[in-house]
Amino acid sequence: MAVAVAEDIVVRPLNMAALVREASITALVVFALAISLVGFQVLDVPGGLAIRTRFVDVGMVMVLAFFGRVALILLREHRPRPVLIVTPVLAAIMLVLLLSETFFGVETGSVLKQFLPFQDPVVLWGVLLVTIVLAVRSAYAHTHMNSSMTLEEREVRMDQIGAGVQRAARLLGPVLLLFAITLPFMPFADRRLLDIGILVLTYVMLGWGLNIVVGLAGLLDLGYVAFYAVGAYSFALLATQMDVSFWVALPFAGLMAGLAGVILGFPVLRLRGDYLAIVTLGFGEMVRVILLNWYSFTNGPDGISGIPRPSFFGFAEFRRNAGDTTAFHDMFGLEFASVHRIIFMFYLILGMALIVNVFTMRIRKLPIGRAWEALREDETACRSLGINPRNTKLTAFGIGAMFAGFAGSFFATRQGFISPESFTFIESAVILAIVVLGGFGSQVGVVIAAVLLIGLPEFFRDLQQYRMLAFGLAMVLIMLWRPAGLLAHREPTLRLFGRNKKPGTSS
Amino acid sequence: MQHSFAYFLDQLINGLTLGSIYGLIAIGYTMVYGIIGMINFAHGEIFMIGAFISIITFLLLGMAGVTWVPLALIIVLVVAMTLTAIYGWTLERVAYRPLRRSPRLAALITAIGMSIFLQNYVQLLQSARNKPMQPVISGGVQVFEQQGYVVSLSYMQMIIMVVTVALMGIFTTVIVRTTLGRAQRACEQDRDMAALIGVNVDRTISLTFIMGAALASVAGLMFLLYYGVIDFYIGFLAGIKAFTAAVLGGIGSLPGAMLGGLLIGLIEAFWSGYFTVEYKDVAAFSILVLVLIFRPTGLLGKPDIEKV
Repeated sequence: MAVAVAEDIVVRPLNMAALVREASITALVVFALAISLVGFQVLDVPGGLAIRTRFVDVGMVMVLAFFGRVALILLREHRPRPVLIVTPVLAAIMLVLLLSETFFGVETGSVLKQFLPFQDPVVLWGVLLVTIVLAVRSAYAHTHMNSSMTLEEREVRMDQIGAGVQRAARLLGPVLLLFAITLPFMPFADRRLLDIGILVLTYVMLGWGLNIVVGLAGLLDLGYVAFYAVGAYSFALLATQMDVSFWVALPFAGLMAGLAGVILGFPVLRLRGDYLAIVTLGFGEMVRVILLNWYSFTNGPDGISGIPRPSFFGFAEFRRNAGDTTAFHDMFGLEFASVHRIIFMFYLILGMALIVNVFTMRIRKLPIGRAWEALREDETACRSLGINPRNTKLTAFGIGAMFAGFAGSFFATRQGFISPESFTFIESAVILAIVVLGGFGSQVGVVIAAVLLIGLPEFFRDLQQYRMLAFGLAMVLIMLWRPAGLLAHREPTLRLFGRNKKPGTSS
Repeated sequence: MQHSFAYFLDQLINGLTLGSIYGLIAIGYTMVYGIIGMINFAHGEIFMIGAFISIITFLLLGMAGVTWVPLALIIVLVVAMTLTAIYGWTLERVAYRPLRRSPRLAALITAIGMSIFLQNYVQLLQSARNKPMQPVISGGVQVFEQQGYVVSLSYMQMIIMVVTVALMGIFTTVIVRTTLGRAQRACEQDRDMAALIGVNVDRTISLTFIMGAALASVAGLMFLLYYGVIDFYIGFLAGIKAFTAAVLGGIGSLPGAMLGGLLIGLIEAFWSGYFTVEYKDVAAFSILVLVLIFRPTGLLGKPDIEKV
């Protein structure tokens, strides 16, 4: 007998046989997926290969898949109560067991930990996270009489959040900026934190640069790292071969990268969407292969080392004994400290990133910026309005590449050493992930995403090997959750009837 | 030596072997692109997973005492095709199906995310080190000799070519003659219309992914046998090159994918044979760019009419 709860939601009687069957099929599929790669590990031992079995893990994964599927079915069939009761309890037990060593001391803790399904703590935290998500979903289902939001509801909800973040950005922006400016003088700011800050800011700058290409002009560039590499190598070669200082080489490196963008972009920018993505990916790899093999010019896989550090705008050096030149600490009458250079680097990248930001914000209001966004929305319409698509795209591509070149020369001077290994496809994917996560075109979204994706993992160094795994998973989940990008919210850049009046209402 | 006919023949054989492997992967790209219009960026990773499942099965068979090579090969082929096909099916079901009505960019980014995920998944489970395997099939026949330069066709190369041709034959028959093939072609032309006349679109797309993954796993097995060493990263380059092959042949066209695969294989082999080995990847990518600029529909592709 069907019981109508809300207007259009009908709670059907639960078919236990079907439930068990569905969950069993899921467990079977998971078994088929896991038995090969999880069940057996190929080990290379002296004299050949050996196999290690991990059947317990396969069994555990199957059991988890079975019960996870049961929970999802219960939610789908509008029976959240059992899930709502079981999952928080399970999550609490797991949390206690996971932290048992801190609660009950090492001895009891290690005994208690035996009861956990896996020994790998990261996998355990993952399972815990899934349990919590299930608990939240069941709570939602309990109050809303619906197992989850539909895609449209989610779109509306997330768009509101995105709009909220963008509104908040007017307040948040200055606060974040103030925080960044005062960060080096905070009592908790040690060298490590500053290093992480520099890294995050580098990616913020790259994200903002790529945002011009992907977010504004709508050109999916999977080879952005190529221009980063061109900038880094231009600077490194100029500095090491010709003794050009950072401040002279910086504009040149940006110019080279921009030029590379224009040259590479010229033939391919008439391609659309995913074709362009693959060709740019190919370019990225080509640049890397050339850097790797052109030994006489780039020093191949050995890379370039001994890249000089920047001076204080050419006035002073960050050294204890500067010799003929002025030392930074003498110039300002300070005690010598090696952290001065780090702080200077921090402000340098902060300033460079801000320039990109201001540039983007202003150029959006110029005809060229408007043309980018129009082109993103409808190329055919733009063409019929007399916008030259190729030249317009080319400017976006070139400017984006130029900023990547600036960031690249900063990277080279900070590291003091570069090799082709720093410029793999994964870097492009990371920068793209930052733009995607931030919601294409959102400036503050990029900052939040960079802090989340670059800053957080730096604090969890032990989890380094799981970083890229989580990365790929996050990209997929964000796209599934919201195809437009997590914090995307598009206000029309221009309105026919002004900001507060809706079109169609009398004016 | 480089100018002799024997040397040329040697490169030709190498190129055809390599091209067969690329062609088998390219079919997966082309079928998926044809039916749902997306680049399945994770397809290279499916190929890599196929290679890993093959090496695991080989080792297990070795431990079980199955030493008769033809039997071992058939078992590995069946196991790898089945298990990899399930990966392909799951990939579509979990990551791509929810995004079928979304913008193409979203689907592509999901595919890239999936590719990164699967790469690291295998790396974590199987460690990042190279997995070298003892050659399973050795020996060959001498085809040609010129001034002491012997050109031989190994049994391995023969098997690769024969299996490729056989699979191509089977799949062409499936597409041209069976109900499934008809459903597939119908979905390619118009998914909504196909659904209206009773084609199960979800099932057809799932089967497309299953077939693509099965073929990729065969390519993975051959890669393992031919090169004798695999790692978690092989899917990336092979995937891009196979995609290049699919574009070169005309994306969406099955014979085109095979032709493109062979061409890419030949270009790579001759480039390494006559110029430098280091820049063979650059050669492949340059071909991709040139094709897209001068003939975006590929060699055997149909022109894509843009409707406004």
